[in-house]
Amino acid sequence: MRFGVVIFPGSNCEQDVIHAAHILGHEADFVWHGDTDLSGFDAIVLPGGFSYGDYIRCGAVARFSPVMAEVVRFAERGGPVIGICNGFQILTEAHLLPGALLRNRGLKFICRQATLRVEESACQWMDAAPGTLLRIPINHNEGNYICDPDTLARMEASGQIVLRYCESDGSRAEDGSAPNGALDDIAGICNERGNVFGLMPHPERVVDPAVGITDGAVVFTSIARRLAEVG
Amino acid sequence: MARFQIFVTYKKGIFDPPGATAERALVSLGYDEVSSVKIGKFIQLEVADGTPQERVAEMCGKLLANPVIEDFRIEPVEEA
Repeated sequence: MRFGVVIFPGSNCEQDVIHAAHILGHEADFVWHGDTDLSGFDAIVLPGGFSYGDYIRCGAVARFSPVMAEVVRFAERGGPVIGICNGFQILTEAHLLPGALLRNRGLKFICRQATLRVEESACQWMDAAPGTLLRIPINHNEGNYICDPDTLARMEASGQIVLRYCESDGSRAEDGSAPNGALDDIAGICNERGNVFGLMPHPERVVDPAVGITDGAVVFTSIARRLAEVG
Repeated sequence: MARFQIFVTYKKGIFDPPGATAERALVSLGYDEVSSVKIGKFIQLEVADGTPQERVAEMCGKLLANPVIEDFRIEPVEEA
């Protein structure tokens, strides 16, 4: 399959995504933020970074890039879209995913390994069994997920919570396990249809066996399997 | 030219990490009377004469504030 990786001014994880896709035997190419043609791509990736300097709010300006109107159309047609870190922030600003990402509770930029628990969800980008633990790094300043209680209940009911932060043994700390203070330990969510996925952790960084952990590969292999099934 | 001042603050119930940190810092500096600090954004906008406030509100809803988490208040600035 062929991934399209969108580059905004200030994106900085696009090479990692391309590398991860190649390692897994897929094609991947860059899409410039001014482009409006996504034909030829099977899935779209909004990578991490600091699009437009994170000015106003993270993702607030990138949302209005010419390419985003096309990404919205692609998603509405059922095309798979993933937003990683800053990409997740852009997806919430574009209202492709509910809620918002606030500054980390402790005010510090956090860069470290996180343990994530796979939840039962409708996400097309995650076919690992519920309860599976994944070690994937986080690297952000605004990863403190928030939404209103009604939205949380609705997401819970329709299987939109895909990944939660947890302790290394899969348990939940008494005061929560999200290093950034995220509501209900939420690390990744999808839309109701399951084709749009946003997460703060960086799966693309743990795909190449050279780095020692390959827990991020499942994100890319899940969508590839899904697309192969539906043809 | 017309001027507007825009105040962007978190909605009620949204945790404000910088505000909470400033609150704790003030209390630890001995300002025991402090019970709440909220930190938001202040925006000064200059627009063409006659621009209606509704249009400024549209700018706020679209870009300057995120209605999911933030409220905004617009005040026209009277020229002296």
